[in-house]
This record gives sequence, C-alpha cells and structure tokens, in this order.
Amino acid sequence: MIRLHGIEKVYRTDRIETVALADVNIDVEKGEFISIMGPSGCGKSTLLNLMGLLDVPTKGKVEINGSHINGAGDAALAQVRNREIGFIFQTFHLVSDLSVLDNVQIPLLYRRMSNAERRKLAEAALDRVGLSARLHHFPSQLSGGQQQRVAIARAVVGRPAILLADEPTGNLDSHMGDEVMALLKDLNEKEKTTIVMVTHDAQKAQQTARTVRLFDGRQVC
Amino acid sequence: MLRHYLTMTIAVLKRRPFYTAISLFGISFTLLVLMVVTAMADHALAPMAPESRQDRMLGVVSARMFGPDNAWSSNGGYMLFDKHARNLPGVEELTIFSSWQTVSTYLGDQRITSNIKRTDGAFWRVFDFTFLEGSPYSQADVDEARFVAVLTRATREKLFSGQPALGKTFEADGQTFRVVGVVENVPDIRIVPYADFYVPTTTSKSDAYKREIMGGFIAVALARTTDDLPKIREEFNARLTRITLPDKSYTTLVAPFETKYDTIARESPFADRQSPDRQGPKLTLLLVILALLFVTLPTVNLVNVNISRILERASEIGVRKAFGAPMRTLVAQFVVENVFLTLLGGALGLVLSAFVLRALNQSGFIAHSAFTINARVFAYAVLLAIGFGLISGVYPAWRMARLRPVEALKGGPSR
Repeated sequence: MIRLHGIEKVYRTDRIETVALADVNIDVEKGEFISIMGPSGCGKSTLLNLMGLLDVPTKGKVEINGSHINGAGDAALAQVRNREIGFIFQTFHLVSDLSVLDNVQIPLLYRRMSNAERRKLAEAALDRVGLSARLHHFPSQLSGGQQQRVAIARAVVGRPAILLADEPTGNLDSHMGDEVMALLKDLNEKEKTTIVMVTHDAQKAQQTARTVRLFDGRQVC
Repeated sequence: MLRHYLTMTIAVLKRRPFYTAISLFGISFTLLVLMVVTAMADHALAPMAPESRQDRMLGVVSARMFGPDNAWSSNGGYMLFDKHARNLPGVEELTIFSSWQTVSTYLGDQRITSNIKRTDGAFWRVFDFTFLEGSPYSQADVDEARFVAVLTRATREKLFSGQPALGKTFEADGQTFRVVGVVENVPDIRIVPYADFYVPTTTSKSDAYKREIMGGFIAVALARTTDDLPKIREEFNARLTRITLPDKSYTTLVAPFETKYDTIARESPFADRQSPDRQGPKLTLLLVILALLFVTLPTVNLVNVNISRILERASEIGVRKAFGAPMRTLVAQFVVENVFLTLLGGALGLVLSAFVLRALNQSGFIAHSAFTINARVFAYAVLLAIGFGLISGVYPAWRMARLRPVEALKGGPSR
C-alpha cells in the first residue's frame, strides 16, 4: 500500500544542513495499522509527511497503492491525496471560520459531486464519530476531543484507503484519547483502512499491529 | 463551491474589521474616481440627444494649415466647407455652423453673457434637439437672413423668467431676434452642438466669413450608413490636397472629418496634428496607461493587504492541499474571494459616485451637465471592479497556493 525505499530528507539553509531522515525503508501493507515511535525531533512527522505526499524526499522512492510518486506534478499529487489519503493532525487543523459540517466537506469540494451528495456524506461521517448534533457548531464551540472527532470525520469522509494520523491523541486527555483510538481501530477493522499513526505513547503504539521506531532520523527497527 | 467561497469571504472579512475597512476604502475610493470619470466620459461621448445619431456623424472641428516655417490652427472656414465639403459620397445631410461665440444680451439694464451659434437650416436635421416650444428655423429663414432664434431652456429662464418665449424678441450683440423655438439644454461638455441660443448664419454683421478657408466654422456630415464613414473621410481628405491655399507660406491643409472621439484625441498630447490619420487609438493607449498608473498604487496596497490576509490562512491552505486541493483551485478560490471583495467595494464606490455626480451636477461646474449612473456606466463599473479584483488577487493567490502543504501547515513560507 505504502512503500518507502532509501528515503533521505535533508533540510538545507545557507549555513547548515540537517539530516531529518536517512536510509528509511518501510513497507505498509493494505489493511495494516502501524505506529511510528521515537523521541521528539527524530523525524516521525517528517516521515508521515513524506508518506502523505505533503513533502518530497531529498532521495529515495515513494510508492502509494502501486504508483510511483516521485516527480509527479501538483495536480497528480493533489489527486492522490484527495482519493487515497486522509490526514489527522495533532492540532486538528480545523478551519475556524467554517461550521463542523463545512469542515468535514472540505475533501469532497475537490471531487465532482453535487452539494446534496457532499452534505449527505459529511453528515454520515459525523454520525459515525457521534457528532450528528453538532453539524452547525463552529470548532471554537467544541471540546478538544470533539474537534479531533470532527478531524477524523473529515479524514474519512472521502473513504480513503490510507489514514495518516500525526499524534492524534497528543492534545487530548486519556479518556478522549481512548475514544479516538477506538475510532481508529474500528475504521481499521471494519473498513480495512490502512492506518499509520505517529505517537509518543507506548500504550497507544501497543494497540497497533506493528511499530516502526526512529532515532535521530534512522530506522532502528 | 461558490457558496463555500462566499462563506469564506464573509468570514474572512469579519475576522479583521480594520483590514477590511482599509481594503474597502482603497477599493471604493479607486472605483469611485474611475466611475466618476467614466460617467463624465459617457455623458460627453455616448449617443444622446441632440447627438443621438452620432454613430453616423463625422465632423471637422479643427483645421491646421502648415508650411516649412508656419503653422495655423483654428476651426475651418465657411468657404472651406461650403465649396469643398458639399456632395461628398454617402452623406445624407451636411451642416455648416459657427463655433460658439460670446455675445452680450441686455435685459433692461442687466447685461447677460451668452454663447451664440450661427447655423444653417440643415443643423436642425443633423442634430435631434428636443423642442420645448415652437420649431427650428428653416433654410428659407437662413437664405432670407431672417432674425429668428432658437433658445435653450436655460436661456429662456434668464431672458424671460421661464415664461413661454415664442414670438417674443430679445437683443443680442446689437441685433434683435424673434424667438421661434426653445430647446432642451445641451451640456457644454458636448462642445459641437452646445450654445445658449442659435440664429441663422446669414445674420452675421459681415459676410466676410463666406470667403474664408480658416476660422470660426464647424462642419458635421450625417452619413447615410456607418459603412459610408470611411469614404466620406477619404474623399474629403483627397479634396483638401487639391485646394490651392491662399497663402504660399502654407503648403498643407489638414482638416479631416472625424468622429467625436477622434476629434478629442487630436487635441490630446502625443497626437500628430499634422496628420489626417485618426488619432483615437493614441488617446486610447494614453488613457489605458493613465488608468493603469492610477490603479497601480491601490492595487499594490490591496496586494499587500491580501498577502497579509492570506498568510493568516496558511494553515487553511495546508489543510486544503492535504485534502486534495490542486494549486489552480486554490488560486481560483482566492481570486474569487478577492473579486467578491472588490465587487463589494465597487458597490460602495457606485453609491458614493452617485452622490459625487449629483454634487457635480448641482455645482454648475460644467454647464447643464446631467451626469448619471446609467446602465452603460453601471456595466463599466462592474467590469472595473472585476478587473481590479483579478489584478489585485492573482499574485497573492498564486504566491500562497504554490506553498508546499507541509510549509503551509506550519504557518506559512519559511523565511
């Protein structure tokens, strides 16, 4: 489903060169739920960004669902992100000016479908995360846990095959964190969604099928 | 999608009222100036009585004689038109009349200064004046040099306190005229038909004008169809080359039949007054450059405000990109949002310009002006607002839309 081979990511400025990732090779199979762990600054989020085509590697190959991504143009990458990948961010990244319903519809805006169809799918996704009663609320009117559930609804509304979650429970208390994990496991088990989750939390990582560990930008297991 | 863009536009406008106020002030003030200028140009140039048929009209307002050492610019002379402009191919009617002259009229002891035009009978068939009283004088009146006059409504107001004037007499420049008609006012921005009253050419105190090739007269030809305009121009220009000029120090006479716009263009900077060729395109270029220069500063200002506004939305851009928005869709979104903003500013500008135009009309700054926001000016206003929105929206939108998603999610471009 996701193949990263010989991945290297180097950040360069005029004076300094920082190696964020070096020689990383990861294969994630269809329907897998894996976690990526490691200390702060070890390159976990960078790796997730490369998997999600939000950034480009300095070296190495990225393959999503059998297609090589290296060298693809903006429109092609946008298409893969829209169809194949859903994102969940630690800080939710909800658009504060839009209602819950409008936020969840964002991925569908970039697909050909009617407003009614878009709304129906968004309502179904919000129903699934238990927020049917909050359609017209704004993010600032919700708790952190509710905001993350909106973000999950937004990530899954387009039924992507891959879900990339960057510390999805990092900003939540343990109870809310457990709720979010339950949702992710449910998606993985029932929808066979491939999930890659970055986490600091060993307990959460244990709930996944496999853990990739990083240290100083290198894959340690 | 449009509903989504509109929701975002309104939300962003409400988010920072100060930025919004600055943007709207800049946009509405810029568009206000452009709309006032457009309304004035429309009032001066658009077809309306007494120049409703101006699409078929060509006039010679200015003439220029020049030689190696001399140049003489003025109106054409009566003889130039009477002898050489008659029977041009495609002309339905030709009128020869004087440019306006200032004369004194006495009302008891009170002296009133008025502008008079001396015309032939065809003048009233070429120009479609709106008669409030009576009718125009005829060619027979002109041939017989009868002292008859057609007044404008404003002149009737001055001379006869607005009372019916038909058959009454008044004195102007030492001559007594009998009123045969009263017409609606003509704004002096329409220089060709404008005057306070009109009398037959033949009432001039001297007939020396009949022997002059330069000075004091205008000719307007009403073509049968617009297709006839080029051949009228060409034939008259050809005839001019065959005229023997009275003074040997002059070798060339340039007095082309032109549209109103080309006539104005001939007086503009950069016009080649010694060429009979049309000067309109040069004026158009000059006006476009001036308009662009005028909008440059507010555009740069709006571009900067837009960049600040969009920078605040870096995270939103990142989210949209992460969920599949291609660059061109994001550019379209920000441009559409900006066009909404400029249309809003345009609507404000339109309301303000209506007040400014009303104040201009009431001030008497331009005599008898009646500047209005008509459908044509409104259409120009909408086009101006959209054009302004596109120009000021594309660069910030393009700059922000090309951010890499990861960069945008972190809050904007790394510096």
